[in-house]
Amino acid sequence: MDALDIKLLRDFRKLALQGLAIAVVLACGVAILLTAFGMHRALIDTRSAYYERNRFADIFVETRRAPLRLLDDIRAIAGVIAAEPRVQGMAVLDLPDRVDLAMGQLLSWPSGNDPLLNEPILRRGLPPERAGEVMVSDAFARANDFDIGDGFFANINGQRRALIITGTAVSPEFIYTIGPGALMPDNAGFGILWLPEAEMAAAFDMSGAFNHLSLSLSRGTQPEDVKARLDALLDPYGGLGAYGRDGQLSDSFVATEIDQLRAMAVVVPPVFFVISAFLVGMVMSRIVSLERAQIGLLKALGYPDGRIALHYLLLAGLIALLGVALGWGAGSMLARAMAGQYAQFFDFPYLIFRVPAWVYGMSGLAALATTMAGALRAALMAARLPPAIAMQPPAPPAFRHTMADRVMAHLALNQTSIMIWRSVIRWPVRSALTALGLGAATAAVIASGFMFGALDRIIDLAFNQSYRQDAMILLAGDVPDTALADIRRLPGVIQAEAQQFHAVTLRHGPREKRVSIEARPAGADLSRVIGTDGRAVDPAPGGILLSDRLARQLELGVGDPVEVVFHTGPRETHDMIVAGLVAQYFGLGAYVEIGEIDRLFRRSARMSVANVLIDPDAMGALHAALQGMPMSAGLIEMTRNRQSFQDTIRENVVVVNTVYAVIAVLITVGVAYNAARIQMSERARELASLRIMGFSRAEVSFVLVGETMVIALIAQPAGWVMGTAIARALSRGFTSDLYAIPLVLEPANFAWASLVVLAASLGSVLVVRRRIDRMDLVGVMKTRE
Amino acid sequence: MSPPPQIVFRTEGLTKVYVTGGIKLHALAGIDLALYRGEIAVLLGPSGSGKSTLLNILGGLDHATSGHVWFRDLELTGLGDRALTRYRRDHVGFVFQFYNLVASLSARENVQLVTDVARDPMDAAEALDRVGLGARRDHFPSELSGGEQQRVAIARAIAKRPEVLLCDEPTGALDSKTGVAVLEVLAEINASLGTTTVVITHNAAIRAMAHRVIRFADGKIADVAVNDTRLSPQDISW
Repeated sequence: MDALDIKLLRDFRKLALQGLAIAVVLACGVAILLTAFGMHRALIDTRSAYYERNRFADIFVETRRAPLRLLDDIRAIAGVIAAEPRVQGMAVLDLPDRVDLAMGQLLSWPSGNDPLLNEPILRRGLPPERAGEVMVSDAFARANDFDIGDGFFANINGQRRALIITGTAVSPEFIYTIGPGALMPDNAGFGILWLPEAEMAAAFDMSGAFNHLSLSLSRGTQPEDVKARLDALLDPYGGLGAYGRDGQLSDSFVATEIDQLRAMAVVVPPVFFVISAFLVGMVMSRIVSLERAQIGLLKALGYPDGRIALHYLLLAGLIALLGVALGWGAGSMLARAMAGQYAQFFDFPYLIFRVPAWVYGMSGLAALATTMAGALRAALMAARLPPAIAMQPPAPPAFRHTMADRVMAHLALNQTSIMIWRSVIRWPVRSALTALGLGAATAAVIASGFMFGALDRIIDLAFNQSYRQDAMILLAGDVPDTALADIRRLPGVIQAEAQQFHAVTLRHGPREKRVSIEARPAGADLSRVIGTDGRAVDPAPGGILLSDRLARQLELGVGDPVEVVFHTGPRETHDMIVAGLVAQYFGLGAYVEIGEIDRLFRRSARMSVANVLIDPDAMGALHAALQGMPMSAGLIEMTRNRQSFQDTIRENVVVVNTVYAVIAVLITVGVAYNAARIQMSERARELASLRIMGFSRAEVSFVLVGETMVIALIAQPAGWVMGTAIARALSRGFTSDLYAIPLVLEPANFAWASLVVLAASLGSVLVVRRRIDRMDLVGVMKTRE
Repeated sequence: MSPPPQIVFRTEGLTKVYVTGGIKLHALAGIDLALYRGEIAVLLGPSGSGKSTLLNILGGLDHATSGHVWFRDLELTGLGDRALTRYRRDHVGFVFQFYNLVASLSARENVQLVTDVARDPMDAAEALDRVGLGARRDHFPSELSGGEQQRVAIARAIAKRPEVLLCDEPTGALDSKTGVAVLEVLAEINASLGTTTVVITHNAAIRAMAHRVIRFADGKIADVAVNDTRLSPQDISW
């Protein structure tokens, strides 16, 4: 090890705290890059391996009842490799030891051989063979503590049946499982049930027929052509319109997660890298100017310029190595924690949840490169310093009178305040970059905090204003609305209102969207539609209300005509007028008056759902009554939904906010501590002069603390602007067909963010301030700078 | 016969011991000294002879290891940090070899640093006039020559009308001609304001302007010489 290397290591040790403050910021970037990018890759790889091995279908379609003989025509469509029909339906389940209703999605299991497409993976036991046997989704079995051989009851199409569990499985169709009307997965209350084909056909009157079809396509086939052919073939049999993987519920949740991870990997780490590069540049420049004489000496001794530049680059490199090491450690832990989260929400049979080695390499190189880039200017400055000049003391920094002097004179500022402001103005780039760094910290807090307000608004709009029913009783198909009278007589039911759901395709010129129309009586009180003005609205006769996001996608405005293709009832197409827009954060809603549907369908009044208010004390009795009621197909408890949604969200919001506040504090400490250390080093003589002249420690500290806090204050409005922009980008990025996150920023968000950053800045500078107490007044004054 | 001179500083058995690396270094080994009102005292001696240590203790920048120091009736030994700060603020002016001006403040603002907090300061402009820099008061340190910067430092030191002016190598960084100009300022201040002025120097030529010359060696006072025929700074050169 040569002398310069020894100097390098000693310098690094001397720089420990400052280096650590930078390394931690860098580590945040590395850890997030590692986690987000690693998880992004892992999810994509796992999903694609799972889909390929288990032959996840490319096209799906539901139909009312199509004959099996149609399959020959379907398989003949160009590009179709395989087509697999099945029978599916919903059932209300009566589980032992569970008071509340559970719901199951029933799927037929082909006799003789395994399914061709969407092949489930057996976790335990065997597939069902005989009547009364059932294979259930593994998560459902685990959540309810079911073993092979356990049994429960199901109300299948009006008939109560006893079922015995023969096996458990996971399926590529149900990586993410969420029950109808639910906001969060509930593995105990909703499960996937595979029953023998023959039993399903008998139960749902589907002998020789199917109501669900999956297709796989050969590579290069245009799915749109296949969908069009398929829809044409199935139309006479109640086809509900073919859709691809993007319309498949489970896959769209997984895809949304993948997109969000990618957005995070692309957007967030560069912010940290840029901040740490700036910090490294700032610190290295100061070190080079402090070591002027040493640099001159080294050159006089014959060290070449390149070697000297390298010396300072290596010093920055050591900081980067520390940051990368910390980042890898934290990233690995974070990735493991995230894998745990995914295991909770997603059901993969095998999770390729490890960060690939090349992602480690890539994140490390990225961190190293940005740090080196940050140090480059200082290293070049050292290389270019002519030795003769380097050995002379630097000239005092030049100040000039500026416009600001007049303002300061007008304000009658004292000299220490003038010192603070002149310094801020004298190095505008440095001050601006420092402010930018602190602003980024404020922005990080705002960008995370906006979720709080957004979720409050979502919850308020969804649960307090729109969906005010305690529960929805699902009925077996469209039944005459006389059923409402029966439902009102059920135990515990205080109030009941009828509702219908219809699958439609809305068309406006070349744009179309498959959605579900909710039809409800005018003046409905339990399930209301809220207009963009915040008041409940009823669709006018012949009119349709659209959620604002849906209207935007279809480029529709109030008063525009829209073509409504019904996939239910007589399957006709009707023109309706957009009667209004409504604010909505879940799904893409469309609403009409219930009588309008019955009029269009030329039938007597019907209903498929009853919204009810329930006496909570009678809940048990209601569940029992519904389990024995043939016309009921399920019960969605909104109260429970509400609670689990709020609990989950609250928990996540607290975690996310804590994480971001910690990150903001780390950035602030990195920026404010280093800025204060540099200021302290540059000002040592001035501060010592003030002490000698008889200024107290508090008065001298004012200069040091003042400058940092002035910059921190200047940074706040910038941080608010950046935070709002990031929050807006996040709100846009999170918006999908599934849900929208509104941009809700209250003054409290800004205040809290600024409080965190100002407090962390003050803390950092106060740590540096202690150096004033330890300052060797005489020593400082007597040394040449 | 003139009245006996007033004593400004008095020390008794003053010692200062530095311990570095287990080795004890006696920077001051028992100093008994009195400094009088209105005098210019030049402290001479080789590096490490203790003159700077004495100046720092007199100025309230350092603590003695043992012995006593009085400023008039105020015993400095035993004062805490806060009281010493107060003492420096009210009574002492410092001038160092390196001028230690605040780079971001103009000449006048550097002086105002002191006049803003002192009890009975002169006007900043007056202080600068006294050192001959009235015309350059709005210049920043980077716009002034070394000698001018040192004169600003002196203006800053005298603006509070201190009883004592402690100067550690005030001409050390200056050439002969500029150095003489600085000494003229010190002599003029001493004559017009009656400020007790203690000057540390390596430069033996400067002793010619002193009332008394105190020579240090090995932490002790080697001898004290009274200057019967003082020279004016213009007549000094080196």
